[in-house]
This record gives sequence, C-alpha cells and structure tokens, in this order.
Amino acid sequence: MKWDWNAVGDFMPKFWDGLLVTLQALALGSLISFALGLVWALLMRTPSRWVRWPVGVVTEFVRNTPLLVQLFFLFYVLPEWGLTLSALATGVIGIGLHYSTYTMQVYRAGIEAVPVGQWEAATALNLPVTRTWQVVILPQAIRRVVPALGNYVIAMLKDTPMLMVITVLEMLGQARLFAQEHFQFTEPLTVIGVAFIVISYLASLLMRSLERRLVR
Amino acid sequence: MKDPDANANPPVDGSELIRFEKVTKRFGSNTVLDNLDFAVDSGKHVTLIGPSGSGKTTILRLLMTLTKPDEGTITVDGEKLFPAPEKQVREVRKNIGMVFQQFNLFPNMSALRNITEAPVTVLGLSKDEAEERARGLLDLVGLADKADARPTQLSGGQQQRVAIARALAMRPQVLLLDEVTSALDPELVAGVLDVLRDIARTTDITMLCVTHEMNFARDISDQVLMFDSGRVIESGPPEKIFSDPEQDRTREFLSAVL
Repeated sequence: MKWDWNAVGDFMPKFWDGLLVTLQALALGSLISFALGLVWALLMRTPSRWVRWPVGVVTEFVRNTPLLVQLFFLFYVLPEWGLTLSALATGVIGIGLHYSTYTMQVYRAGIEAVPVGQWEAATALNLPVTRTWQVVILPQAIRRVVPALGNYVIAMLKDTPMLMVITVLEMLGQARLFAQEHFQFTEPLTVIGVAFIVISYLASLLMRSLERRLVR
Repeated sequence: MKDPDANANPPVDGSELIRFEKVTKRFGSNTVLDNLDFAVDSGKHVTLIGPSGSGKTTILRLLMTLTKPDEGTITVDGEKLFPAPEKQVREVRKNIGMVFQQFNLFPNMSALRNITEAPVTVLGLSKDEAEERARGLLDLVGLADKADARPTQLSGGQQQRVAIARALAMRPQVLLLDEVTSALDPELVAGVLDVLRDIARTTDITMLCVTHEMNFARDISDQVLMFDSGRVIESGPPEKIFSDPEQDRTREFLSAVL
C-alpha cells in the first residue's frame, strides 16, 4: 500500500463539497434538536396528561428506534404521503428529530436541577408562570446543560455519514464515490477521518466558549 | 396598577388582617398544624416561636401559598386566600411578601434587576420607576453601591438584605420572615437584624416572623405566639412571654434557647 498525494489532491474538490454538506447537516441538525428538545421538555412539564402522554410515547418511540430506519422512513414514506423534501432537508429533520429526544432529557435534568427555592421566590413575588420560566428557570437550567448538549453535537457529527444512505453526499458519500471511481480508498477515507477529528475539536471549543460566556 | 405615591406605606387601621380558621396541615401521617385558629391585626409585628417541627414555618408557607392546607380557611384583608380560585389567590398574594432562610435571589440577575423584575412585570411600573424604587431600597438596606453586583459576588448577609429590598419593592401589607438569619455566618447576623429593626420601627408593615433570635424577637414584636405540636399554646406581649410565661412548655423552650 502506497500513499499517493496526487489522489489527495484529486479528491480535494469533492471533499470541500462533502465538508460543506456535513457542516450544514450538523449545524441545522443541532439547531433543530436543541429547539425541539426544549419544546418536548416543556410539554412534559404541563399539568395535562393529555399532552404529556402523547409526547412521552412519540419521543420514547423515536429514541428507541434506529436513526437509520427513521431516515429511510422519512425519505421513502413521506413522499408517498405527498410530502417531498430534498434529501438533505430530510436528513437534517431526521437527525434533529432523533437527537431532540436525547436533548429533552438533558433539558429535563437541567430544569430539575434549579433549586425549588427559585420557584418559591418567584411565587412570593407573584411572577406569572410563563415569566418565571422565561427569566428565572430556563436561563439557569440552560447554562447548566450546555456541556451535555455539546456532547450530543459531537455524537450528531459522527452520525452524519448515515445520511449517505438517503443519497446525501456528505463527506463519506464523496469519499466513497471517489474511491469507487479511482480505486483508491486509503487517501479519501483518511482525509475525511482527519476532518471529523478537526470538526469535533472545533465544535468542542465552540461549546466551551459558549459555556464560558453563559457562566458569568 | 400604578403606584400613586412612591413613599406611601400600606394603609393601617389596626383591624384584623390575617385570620386562620380551623387550619389543619398534614405531611403524610404527621399533623403539622392541628385545627389552628389565630388572627393578626394589621400593622402588628408578630413573632412565632417554638421548637422545630412545631409548624411555625408552615404557617408562613401557607400564607405565601407555597403549600396548601388540608382543611380550614385562610383570610387576608377580608379576602379568602384558601380556599379560593387561582385568580383570587394571585390578587390576594400581592399583599404578601416573603424573605427566605436561603435568600433565594435569582443568581442570573444583578441585585438591581432582582428587585425591579416583579414591580415591572407584576405591578406594571415603568423600568425607570422600578429602578428608582429599587435604588431607594438598596440605600435603605445599606447596599447602594451593590446595584450591579451579582448575588454570587455578595456575602450571605448582603444577599439577604437584597432579598429584603426585593420583597419590600412590591409594597406588601404583610412581610413574612422565615428564619432569615439562620443561614448566615454569625458576624453577618447583626447587619440583617438592624435593617429589619429599622423597617419595623419606620413602617407600618405587618410582620410575621419565625426566628431563633430571641433578643430580636423581644425588640420588634408586639405579640409573641408560642407554638407546640401544631397549636398556639400561649400568646402575649414579649415582656410577658419572655419574662413570665404561663405555660411550663414555654418556660422549658425559652430556658433551652435563651
């Protein structure tokens, strides 16, 4: 086996395309999972069990079935129901939805970690419930959970290659395509491996600086 | 709900402000308050004393609606606080403020914002009005220079004084003080008690105070209620209770704490 720098050079244009798609999927998937997870967590706190029960069932179902199956389902079944989205949009929604069922648990822990005295002080000041969530509970809960959310960003990054199966050409998709055309596997796969490490590292730096800015 | 006069105290006519009728509160099989009747007149400073577990703090928590009684009625200023619909509870609760043992300041807000948040969102004061009121209260509690400090940058005593200012900013008729110096280092207690003495002397606010600081209780109280096993076993002016109690149980308790 010989390392061929020319193959690396030939792969680079395709690599940049794939990198862009991976980063898009990661950024949008993170946003969806952060927002939707918070929505689930709040819905699970409502007094009505007619809200909590269906939310609990749906999120439990999504968390306990494979992301790969969900991606296939979204990609092949939704169009039959008349909803056609681009492959990337489908993938982003799939990853975001799947991981929102994990981030909801993170938010739940963060919310429960806010001392009961904070709720009592808000009651003593007669603050409305929505305002209490908005300015007292959530700011404290979210700053506690940023590190845990960061871990899920890394996990999501490592799941983006699954989008390959629904025709999204992210980094692995591009590497495989290149490998099959040129019969050179070592170089493209190594390049994307290094790229995954670099993105993980940068993402963790980003989350850490966010954490520092929030904990003040 | 604008406040017409920034310096006005709550109206006081000496009439009955708080009434507990046949209030029972149980936690599991433990009866904390047992068919309790008592009343507090407006403007009075009432101290609740008694051994721990005798139900003193529960009374404050019931008045603040942090917990509900199992039986009985609670009335504040002629309006039912329990049993009552949520909307009425919110209205009646406006008359009541509370200072907690653990301060419970909002750690994500500055001292000033801790004080202005509720006057702006609940009473509808403008930001400027609320800040003016808050700065006046910070001055009153001796922390005029700490407006922008976060709670974590303040000592326990300073945090508790901000918490007192925060409660007063709502201009409650009733101030509930729940062992407000118990969590403080000994050298910080005096500063907080001085502020409260000052408020007791200069305002007409009705105070219900649970404390183990008997000298403080003697200084500020018009009336002392001695609790034991969920009942008031003796009540009277502090001179009487502290120097010549009628009940053996009160005498025992006082000799243990004084």
